[in-house]
Amino acid sequence: MFEAIFLQFLNGLDKGSAYALIALGLTLVFGTLGVVNFAHGALFMLGAFCAVLFRQLLTLETVTIDPTQLSPWGAPLEVRAPLVQAWFGDFGAVLVNYSVPFSIILTIPVMLVVGIAFERGIIKHFYKRPHAEQILVTFGLAIVAQEIIKSIFGANPIPQPMPEAARGAADIGIWLGMQANVITYPIWRLIYFLFAGVIIGGVFAFLQFTTFGMVVRAGMADRETVGLLGINIDRRFTIMFGLASVVAGLAGVMYTPLLPPNYHMGMDFLVLSFVVVVVGGMGSLPGAVAAGFLLGILQSFASMTQVKAIVPGIDQVIIYLVAVIILLVRPRGLMGRRGVMEA
Amino acid sequence: MTLLKRGLSRRRVLQTGMAGIVGTGVAPLMFTKGAWAQEFCNNPTGDTITIGLNVPLTGAYAEEGADELRAYELAVKHLNGEGDGGLLNVLQPSALKGNGILGKKVAFVTSDSQTKADVARAGATRMIERDGALMITGGSSSGVAVAVQGLCQEMGVLFMAGLTHSNDTTGKDKKRYGFRHFFNAYQSGVALGPVLGQEYGKDRKAYHLTADYTWGWTQEESMKNATEALGWETVAAVRTPLGAGDFSQFLTPVLNSGADVLILNHYGNDMINSLTQAVQFGMRDREVNGKQFQIVVPLFSELMAKGAGANIKGIFGTSNWHWNLQDAGTKAFTKSFGAEYGAPPSQAAHTCYVQTLLYADACERAGTFYPPEVIKALEGHEFDGMGNGPTLYRAADHQCMKSVLVVRGNENPTSEYDVLNVVQEVSRDAVDYDPAIFGGDLGPAEPVPMC
Repeated sequence: MFEAIFLQFLNGLDKGSAYALIALGLTLVFGTLGVVNFAHGALFMLGAFCAVLFRQLLTLETVTIDPTQLSPWGAPLEVRAPLVQAWFGDFGAVLVNYSVPFSIILTIPVMLVVGIAFERGIIKHFYKRPHAEQILVTFGLAIVAQEIIKSIFGANPIPQPMPEAARGAADIGIWLGMQANVITYPIWRLIYFLFAGVIIGGVFAFLQFTTFGMVVRAGMADRETVGLLGINIDRRFTIMFGLASVVAGLAGVMYTPLLPPNYHMGMDFLVLSFVVVVVGGMGSLPGAVAAGFLLGILQSFASMTQVKAIVPGIDQVIIYLVAVIILLVRPRGLMGRRGVMEA
Repeated sequence: MTLLKRGLSRRRVLQTGMAGIVGTGVAPLMFTKGAWAQEFCNNPTGDTITIGLNVPLTGAYAEEGADELRAYELAVKHLNGEGDGGLLNVLQPSALKGNGILGKKVAFVTSDSQTKADVARAGATRMIERDGALMITGGSSSGVAVAVQGLCQEMGVLFMAGLTHSNDTTGKDKKRYGFRHFFNAYQSGVALGPVLGQEYGKDRKAYHLTADYTWGWTQEESMKNATEALGWETVAAVRTPLGAGDFSQFLTPVLNSGADVLILNHYGNDMINSLTQAVQFGMRDREVNGKQFQIVVPLFSELMAKGAGANIKGIFGTSNWHWNLQDAGTKAFTKSFGAEYGAPPSQAAHTCYVQTLLYADACERAGTFYPPEVIKALEGHEFDGMGNGPTLYRAADHQCMKSVLVVRGNENPTSEYDVLNVVQEVSRDAVDYDPAIFGGDLGPAEPVPMC
């Protein structure tokens, strides 16, 4: 039984990593700009497609016809050779093998530019408008981004292989002094969890230990006063929007080996992430992270056979059930500021 | 004689009669075999007929949908006398002439069913009412097939199902206006069971993950029946939402359930994701109950196998057809399809192509597009040469009865298409069953509803 519970706990941490990363970006935007950003899921999706694009560039091929061999339908065989391996030899093969982690290098600048373009181009015009209008415009933005990706990459999921070294499962049971094969967990999911920890830690450290972060935190607490001190808080908040986009994008990149990306993947996560933000507390960064992991773990435990034998289908509704209870009992969320979302 | 006495000569009677025949427009019908006066939905009047292709171009079964569409386009081309003729050359018996159907060119309209029953019904309705589709065809979800088949029965339009594998399609939800060439979940269980028993033994514990809709339910039931008959124990059967994507929460409980076989009643992208993730969880490297852990995928397709890559190696399943069979029909279709699209056809493509030809052939044999006569031509029709051996379109439930393939993921593929090996061709007699076991009622062919 311990093994089953431990596995579900790991699974919850893994799920929670994705929820926490997306919710963190959402909360950053809400906390700094006060915007309810429904395009945040689209940023997660755009990040994932940065990985797709990077791999497609790396796997461009030359095609030659070999008349000595025939295809199953009797035509001369097409022989395909990857360009990057022809140019760089073994290093090219390594690049292709590690295309997902390497695509982070492309994703960071792309998502920063995309985020800043979103904010400067459209969202800034809606700062003083009601939340309903912000939701509408950002939702529209998400649909436009989806359709652009669909027209370029098609509607089907595009599998992204993980590096060979990260395929298969790690025998965690042995690390804990158990027998072999008692507790095994996919290596890439462990990597994703660690990666999420590094990103979350990095964002918190950036806000906590840098002057820029200190100004942003001051702006989140009292925007007007910071402005009166002669600091251009709007510019910093724009950069924070870019940073939130990078966080969402990186979450998307590293998720691609777990779930082949498609144009709709952002929407699948968006609703869950809003629930996470509401449970954690609107505007609370630690709340978003804590709620992400908490809900991931709860969802994972709810999917245990023993639990479902008592309450069938509970795994599908547990997150929303918790959200309803939180909204009824503590409307500002677990770690939200007093007064936020409270009448 | 009396008339003649009144001055009406024989010649006058004949002249008047002929004038009347020509004047009332009856003449053309006198000389047209099987011309039916009845009106029916989208009765073609011009020199073209339109068929409606309802395929999933997005959603969990989009890969199959894209290949189905390619096959339909090829079938239309061949019917209209273009290309190399494909299976028109090998179908036995055949009334097809390569000049369209009953002399009318075949055209088509398409709709993306999105693997959603409501969207598929709306698409089929639009193709029938707006585009004048005379026949609707497509797959790849049984939920969609059952929904569209019901609609076609209501509208009096024939439905030639594409890839649909649920027992319900030609079982409890069968319809007089619906026909299925593809095999079903019951036949998968009957074909696969003995092979699993032989390979993995009689003492096994199975855990099912099942797509939560009509196909998944009947697939799970059929596999349970087949494996429990072998002596296997079913540890658990867990339903998963269609298009779940991340199956980790469903896979984790398998690890400590005591099961030593995971049966994935998933198809399309769901199967690719669940199998890939199961392998990532190290399931194929585990030993449970002193035995090597095994994964079984009861319904396989080449496209899924390709999508799952190396994860598919050594895994057993069943297929309706495979491009590397060596009969004349398979060779002809693979050659035609490969030359057109640069890749061998999938089983989804094959069944859709065959269905289009069978419809056309039935119209030719009936001598009319009038649906009740086309239905009669299809019911009980025996044919061969389409890649599945001698095949019967069973009249009692409109299910094609033919052999079933047990396949296994290729351990040593020689090309990106060489992903499956045919382990056994289970005969038509072995997978035969009493159509009454699944209940249902075909309903009437006449009076023909008007759309």
